[in-house]
Amino acid sequence: MVDTIRIDAKGMHYTPLNKAIRAAVASGARKIELDHVMGQRFIADGLRGNVEIVINGVPGGDLGMFMSGPTCIVHGNCEHAPGNTMDSGTIVIHGNAGDAVAHSMRGGMIFVRDDIGYRGGIHMKQYKEKRPILVIGGSARAFLGEYMAGGLILILGRKGKFPDIDRGIGSGIHGGKIIIRGSVTDHNLGVGAKKNDLKEEERQEIAPLIEKFTGFFGLDPAPLLNDRYYVITPSSARPFASKYTWEV
Amino acid sequence: MSIGSVPLRYRISVDHDQCMLCGRCVESCPYGVFRKEGEHIHVNSRVCVACHRCISMCPRDAISLVERPVDYRSHPLWTPQVREAIYNQARTGKIILSGMGNAQDYPVIFDRLVLDACQVTNPSIDPLREPMELRTYLGKKPSHLDFQKIDGDTVLETKLSPNLMVETPIMIGHMSYGAISLNAQKSLARAVTECGTFMGTGEGGLHESLYPYQNHMIVQVASGRFGVDINYLERGAAIEIKIGQGAKPGLGGHLPGEKVCADVSCTRMIPEGSDAISPAPHHDIYSIEDLKQLVRSLKEATEWKKPVFVKIAAVHNSAAIAAGIARSSADAVVIDGFRGGTGAAPRVFRDHVGIPIEAAVASVDAKLRSQGIRNEVSIIASGGIRESADVAKVIALGADAVYIGTAALVAMGCRVCGTCYKGLCPWGIATQRPDLVARLDPDVASANVANLIHAWTLELSELMGAAGINSIESLRGNRDRLRGYLLDESIMKILDIKTVGA
Amino acid sequence: MCGIIGVIDRTRQCMDGTGIRAALSQMDERGSGEGAGYAVYGAFPDFKDYYAVHVFFDNLHETKPLVEEELSKWGIIEHQEAIPTYDQPNIRKVHFPWRFFFKPDSHLMPWSTTPADDIVTHLVMKINSSIPGALVYASGKNVAVFKASGWPEDVADFYRIQDYKGYLWLGHNRYPTNTPGWWGGAHPFNLLHWSVVHNGEITSYGTNRRYIESYGYRCSMYTDTEVVAYLFDLLIRRHGLSIETAVKALAPPFWDEIDQMPERDKEIMRAIRLTYGSALMNGPFAIVVANHDSMVGFTDRIKLRPLVSGELGNRLYISSEEAAIRTMEPDVGEIIMPKAGEPVIGRVRG
Ligand code: SF4
Ligand code: SF4
Repeated sequence: MVDTIRIDAKGMHYTPLNKAIRAAVASGARKIELDHVMGQRFIADGLRGNVEIVINGVPGGDLGMFMSGPTCIVHGNCEHAPGNTMDSGTIVIHGNAGDAVAHSMRGGMIFVRDDIGYRGGIHMKQYKEKRPILVIGGSARAFLGEYMAGGLILILGRKGKFPDIDRGIGSGIHGGKIIIRGSVTDHNLGVGAKKNDLKEEERQEIAPLIEKFTGFFGLDPAPLLNDRYYVITPSSARPFASKYTWEV
Repeated sequence: MSIGSVPLRYRISVDHDQCMLCGRCVESCPYGVFRKEGEHIHVNSRVCVACHRCISMCPRDAISLVERPVDYRSHPLWTPQVREAIYNQARTGKIILSGMGNAQDYPVIFDRLVLDACQVTNPSIDPLREPMELRTYLGKKPSHLDFQKIDGDTVLETKLSPNLMVETPIMIGHMSYGAISLNAQKSLARAVTECGTFMGTGEGGLHESLYPYQNHMIVQVASGRFGVDINYLERGAAIEIKIGQGAKPGLGGHLPGEKVCADVSCTRMIPEGSDAISPAPHHDIYSIEDLKQLVRSLKEATEWKKPVFVKIAAVHNSAAIAAGIARSSADAVVIDGFRGGTGAAPRVFRDHVGIPIEAAVASVDAKLRSQGIRNEVSIIASGGIRESADVAKVIALGADAVYIGTAALVAMGCRVCGTCYKGLCPWGIATQRPDLVARLDPDVASANVANLIHAWTLELSELMGAAGINSIESLRGNRDRLRGYLLDESIMKILDIKTVGA
Repeated sequence: MCGIIGVIDRTRQCMDGTGIRAALSQMDERGSGEGAGYAVYGAFPDFKDYYAVHVFFDNLHETKPLVEEELSKWGIIEHQEAIPTYDQPNIRKVHFPWRFFFKPDSHLMPWSTTPADDIVTHLVMKINSSIPGALVYASGKNVAVFKASGWPEDVADFYRIQDYKGYLWLGHNRYPTNTPGWWGGAHPFNLLHWSVVHNGEITSYGTNRRYIESYGYRCSMYTDTEVVAYLFDLLIRRHGLSIETAVKALAPPFWDEIDQMPERDKEIMRAIRLTYGSALMNGPFAIVVANHDSMVGFTDRIKLRPLVSGELGNRLYISSEEAAIRTMEPDVGEIIMPKAGEPVIGRVRG
């Protein structure tokens, strides 16, 4: 049994790549290192287990989709929807990620060092002990946390270019919360979202996440810990209930 | 109050000469129409929905029901429905939600199609004594086969993709736990297992008590991704991506929090009492190549062992969309016509958006054939299939199999009252209220549904036999065995059929 | 539908087709092997002042004379040749690609301010709508377009695009829903100096088409993409808008955003939306459009399709996927994701 397995992904299609990853996990590997990754989609799709996958390069879309357990560490940017419908485990991205990051994510954690695209954290949900967490070091684009039904999105705005999230923050949010460092204009709040100051217990709640984040990327947590944050939550659990009437 | 109340929708009356004051009607009606006071049954007809539960329970046939006992001034344009919708919206300013399928008076194409039978020139077949094959494989088929000769032996080189094998081309479509009760799902699951066919889970996840039937269940992945994790995907016999629904093309779904009880919450994996909102699109599919990506992500997650179906609502451009789906690695395309049922849909969508299944299947089949990719996908037709003749007709138009929905519910007692959204279904089907759910006995209801599938299968065999066909493949897309009766030319062109007499 | 990529060298340094072939093949997952294509600016230095009219002929004997006759009515054909192709196992050659180097006689359209362009536009519309078996699929000066049904690498090898050089390349990997197998349905779409590659579907096509046809364009390729080329031609060449303004007309801000703008911008945006309401492109799309001096990429107003860009030295890259850009140029610096509806523009200097 080997502890670390290296796979050269150069020119490899994703199906054999995932097969090789599954085989490595089955053989008991604790760590798998993928080199020369270039656009392969679905890495660790539906993968179970307690393994760390280090990805050197640019993985394609849907990294860690339906994943249940493993940790993926990406040295590069991600395309769209890393953590799509992810069940548990961790994704750490040393770079940016595209649109729909953490789409329908139901558990586990995602840390993105820099920025993400549109509709980050869309329709994240939670159930019992499963509460997904998405931490973004930089900024996010419009419709952050759209349809959000649970979990936590934390935007750290480290690059000082806040407020930068345009329209539709938490549009249709009916569960969970979005915490944003810096300022959030009311105009950019989505339908059914409301804004509050960070409460003390919420500050306590995010502190370990900030420390985890800075730990991954070798950063100083201090400036992030005591700054001003806003919390976006649902203004009602039934954001669209008042749109309808029954026929009879 | 300026508008005042609208006239009664139904009037319930009790024949007091017949009534023996047993009180069964009071017990039956969850809407509270009946009240027993002393030696008299009082009725409040206004809350009646015409579910017929009381009527079916009354031992003396003492109850009668009249629809629209009060006339409006008749007018062909300003129908009572139109007027009442206006009253409703003038009062509320809201979108009207309604139940069941399209209630607009469009002509039913099925009813203008007739099937063929043999006379003289070739013999019809007696299905009871001669072999009759209804077995159907759903999934991708190769376009051709490659063989190799190894040491004189012929060896098949081509690898077949996973297919679902059904013993009869009648399956039960997706109705989620949440929309219908667990007893209803159990009854359906037992019936399909017995009949060698399949049912859909709907988008509400898979309840533990259905695990014994999982080999006959198609698990659905809808835009809300409720209850979707790798275990769920692996349990299903196939996976279906729901893009749209015939009753409300272009819209998502919404299960209100009050229907999310403890059990529903656990299969959907969301907190009890919280709204389950399915967005209109999958937010990881904004384009056809994204669909391919979702199809492949599901295949990749399940190691390419499961067929993946894609369900779309029948809309104007269905044929081109289906062609795109056929190229996505999907194994079947499900087309849901505009008469498809639903628990609740905005009335304006239910009645005005989408196209009939007959035309959609015909154009999808023709398009796939014209592009040489018909073998890439199977076609499953749904939305308004009411009887075995509809099954035969839609297969002759090009479908491989059908999904039934409402018909299976009717087999369990549903009276098509169209008020599933109230959550008080007196037949224990579209409700989560424990006392009402208990009214549906899975032992009995599963037998009823299985009977229905058996009966239709027998009728289908007879229809095929009469047409001199003993294998369902020979009916599929065999439009020569259909004729249009008073259908207009343009529709017949789309259906690629001739008129009666020709 | 599809994967797209574009690259421009701002100093007009030429690149051959090897890089874009590799980049586009990197996005095979976005296509279905039923259409791919490339456009390259600066491809015909020897004929750079002539319109390079590319035609797919179903049959050279019957239809080519008809096209020659039509062209000769409006100018002179300086040179013509079969576009060299090299058989590939996965490409069925269903058309004969041909190119004419054509100079219109400007005197024949005295009422126009851009007579040469208008003559060529007229000829494209006329030939495509009236000569069956002939399809003009490119018509600009010094622009070559290569397209066919197949995977990007096969189409590239079919035309040997590595033999061509240019300072601006576009590439497209198609996933058709309609008209598969039809070479005319592959991108890039080209009209005069405009070439377009497009990912997505334009839900406003019916409106846009009727709008553009009222200005004399004829949509003949059964797909929503050609309308984009015509809209750019109309808004920029004929109406004289800047690229930025044209993009604002095609993918304008929402009214609630306009309401928040300073008075002057508000007035301008309001005027654009009122005037060009029928040119607004709705639905999901990411588009890269090029002409001789520039390349612009933008997405729809709510960013339903992916688009990223990166730069290295004098070169700007725009694509659906970062991996495609990095396949072409591993050392590009920061990858930028443009905001919804905001163009990324690369212009040649001087
Ligand atoms: S609602 Fe049903 S049970 Fe109640 S009175 Fe009407 S028909 Fe009878
Ligand atoms: S299932 Fe729906 S339509 Fe049928 S009886 Fe129950 S409530 Fe009425």
